[in-house]
Order: sequence, then structure tokens, then C-alpha cells
Amino acid sequence: MKISRFLKTILMIDFISGLLIAIRELFKSKKTINYPFEKGKISPRYRGEHALRRYPNGEERCIACKLCEAVCPAQAITIESSQRSDGSRKTTRYDIDMMKCIYCGLCEESCPVDAIVQGPNFEFSTETREELYYTKEKLLDNGDRWENILAANIKSDNPYR
Amino acid sequence: MEYLNIIFQETYKILFLLVPVLVSVAMIVWLDRRVWAFVQKRQGPNVVGPFGLLQSLADALKYIFKEIIIPASSNKVIFILAPIITMTLALTAWAVIPFSESNVLSNINVGILYIFAVSSLGVYGIIMGGWASNSKYPFLGAIRSAAQMVSYEVSIGIIIINVLLCVGSLNLNDIVIAQKNMWFVIPLFPMFVIFFISALAETNRPPFDLPEAEAELVAGYQTEYSGMMYAMFWLGEYANILLMCALGSILFLGGWLSPIDLFPFNMIPGAIWLIFKILFLFILFALVKAIVPRYRYDQLMRLGWKIFLPLSLTYVILTASYLFYFNLLPTT
Repeated sequence: MKISRFLKTILMIDFISGLLIAIRELFKSKKTINYPFEKGKISPRYRGEHALRRYPNGEERCIACKLCEAVCPAQAITIESSQRSDGSRKTTRYDIDMMKCIYCGLCEESCPVDAIVQGPNFEFSTETREELYYTKEKLLDNGDRWENILAANIKSDNPYR
Repeated sequence: MEYLNIIFQETYKILFLLVPVLVSVAMIVWLDRRVWAFVQKRQGPNVVGPFGLLQSLADALKYIFKEIIIPASSNKVIFILAPIITMTLALTAWAVIPFSESNVLSNINVGILYIFAVSSLGVYGIIMGGWASNSKYPFLGAIRSAAQMVSYEVSIGIIIINVLLCVGSLNLNDIVIAQKNMWFVIPLFPMFVIFFISALAETNRPPFDLPEAEAELVAGYQTEYSGMMYAMFWLGEYANILLMCALGSILFLGGWLSPIDLFPFNMIPGAIWLIFKILFLFILFALVKAIVPRYRYDQLMRLGWKIFLPLSLTYVILTASYLFYFNLLPTT
């Protein structure tokens, strides 16, 4: 026992086997990705940046039911609404404080008309805090920008809801 | 006028040596990070330039533009002097490294002694940096590194005696030529291994990077340094690593000699063989960094004084008696 251990130490068996493992791993494929140039795959349920969607005819989906405002555990959403001349109730103000938001996805789940959704975008860091107080315009803008992906995600996730 | 001419010529020769060394130091930093990353299945630096080759230059540029912060309670002269000494000494030692039979900046007779002296002085840069910072982590790091470098220099010195016994000359070129028939790595293989491990300790590389152990000492003696001064410490450290690789390839791997003395191989200039050997040793350095955990301090000291020193001393006696008994002692 002692002799074998002595030989193991003096011949540096452990070290050499470790070195061989290292050399073997050296040529294997890498487990990391080149982040800014290639991005990891995101689930359709990914809860990223918020967006307000529109109907295909351009009408806002949001009916100002304020369910999202009520359900929001971080109280990040502020909604004000009024009746429009055609009799429909629409939001006049829809603000999300992205710094309060905990990205739990409850607003998306509570929405009866799939208006507020969380998209696949996770790269929306800003240089000032003010830019993270999202207004209705910004959210609608997001919705227009990501509509294709958002619609596809909601469709693909539909059977499980 | 003639005097000026000589100065210009010498400066030209020195620049011709130093610029490639500095560039290769930058490349070697990249290689180090890249090999380390590859073993851990990461990508490593690969954005700046082709394969990220210019990463070190980008880092250097960043260091140049960063503010140099000198702590108020530090000893300013010594604080500034320390990185300068580290880098200068690391680069000075390159003067005697032979790249081929004629291609050596100063072919002095005590080349190996010179390298040994200069690399021993390198510890002063670290001690000065650690002491002048007037802060606990740099101080502890400096003490550690002083003790560590002194202990491992002893065994490196005795290993070098082994080689010198076989050569009979302190000139680095003579050492290389003496390996014409057989590289010293074959008869002195245990010494090569011990030399390699001691070189790791001498250059504060993992597993012996206690002087800058992040978990315990922030960054050791470099903690208070910033900007270009930090970069100079860094340059000096990697130039030292490169020097140790060069020394290892000259002492044991036949320096600029080609591995086989046959037609296609001995046509390749010696400098390229030397660079290949240095690279081989350096990749080993980088691989070791990736696979070993850090030594505890008492283990480090035990390894240096209780294992390497007796082993290399025994090997000196063995080598000497072998050479004496078979009448192989070099005659000069």
C-alpha cells in the first residue's frame, strides 16, 4: 500500500493522467457560445421585455380591464383609462416601471385579450433609469417590432394553456 | 563619432531582441488565456483581431489610458520603482539567450550565472512593490513570494549544477552544443521534471501562485497597482515565464538544435526550433495552470526544501560520480 502510493507520487501518475485529460478536453467542442454574435436558444415562454400587441387592423388589443395592474406583485404597472368616442374603453396611460418588474409573467397570464405579453428580447439595458420607465408608446412600439415572434410564440404555447 | 556609432549599433541590436520578446510576451498572454479556456471548454478571447490574437494589445492600450493611482500612505519612490525593476530585470536576462550559434546579443562566458543572478534579483521588484504599497494584502503577498522564490531558486541552482557537470562550461551556447548527440532531458529526466515544477514556483504560476492567491490576498503584491504600472508587473511576470521556458529548452531540450540532425530538419534556422521548444514548454505551463489546484503554503515549502532539494542534491552526486567513474568529465 505504502509502496504503491510512493510510486504513484514519485512517478506523478495523477498529474500525468490529469494532463492527458486536459489535452483531451482541449480538442473537444466548446460548451460556450460567442454571445454577442450568436445567442442561446430561448423558450417560447421566455419572459423578457414587455410589449403591447395590436390587432391585425392596427387597433390596440388592450381593453383597460386593469387585471394586470391588479395582479402585478411588484405593482409595477400603472393604467389610466377613458371611454373613446366610439364607445370602447381604452387606456390613456399604460406605464411599466421595468426596475420594479420582477418578470414573473403574471400580467401576461392574466390578460384576457393577449395584449400585454413578455417577448423574447432580453437586451434592453439602458444608461439612465428614466429610460426604464416604459410608457404606452414604447410598449406599443415593442409590440410592433416583435409582433411576428410574439404571435408565433403565443401560438406554439397555446396547446399547453 | 565612432563612440556614437557603437551606441547606435548596440541599441539597434537590443531593439531587435527586445521588440520580438515584448510582442511574443503579448502573444503568450493570449495563448495562456486561450489554452486555459479551451481546457475548460470555453472560447477564450477571440474577438479582437484574428482568433483574438490582438487581445493583449487591446488590454495594453486600456492599461495605458487608465489612471495610475498611488496610495497616499505609500512610499512613492519605491512604489513607482518596483514595477520598473520587475520588468527591466525580466527583459535584461534575455540578453544572453542564444537563438543560434552566432545569434546572441552578448555571448558571455558566465551566461547561466548571469541569468540566475538576474532572475534572483527579480524578487526585489515584488518585495518592493508589496512593502511600498503600505497595505496588508500586498505585504503578505510579497513576503510569501520572497520566501517561495528564494526556496525554489536553491533547487533550480542545484539542477543547473547537474547540467553544468555534463557540459563543463557556463556559456549557454556551449551548453546547447554539448547536447548535439543527446539532449540532457534523457539522462537528466528527473531533473527536467523538477526544473519544470520549480520554474512554475519561481514564476508564481499555479499551482504555486500563492503570492497572488485571489481568494486570500486579493491580488497579492499587485493589489494597489493600477494602469500602466500593473501592466508592467504583468509584462515582467510573463517575460519571466518565457525566460524560464527558454532556459528549460536550452538546458534540457537542446536549445536551438534540431531534434534530428537530418536534411530537412537541420535546414530550419535554430531560432525557430528554440521558439518551438519554448512554445511546447509554455503550453505545458498553461495546461498545468488549468488542471491543478493551488498548494497550501506549508505544502509549498515542504515540496521545495524537503523533496526537491534532497532529490536534486542526490542527483548531483549521482551525476558527478557517474561522470567521474566512466571518465566522462568534460575536459576544459
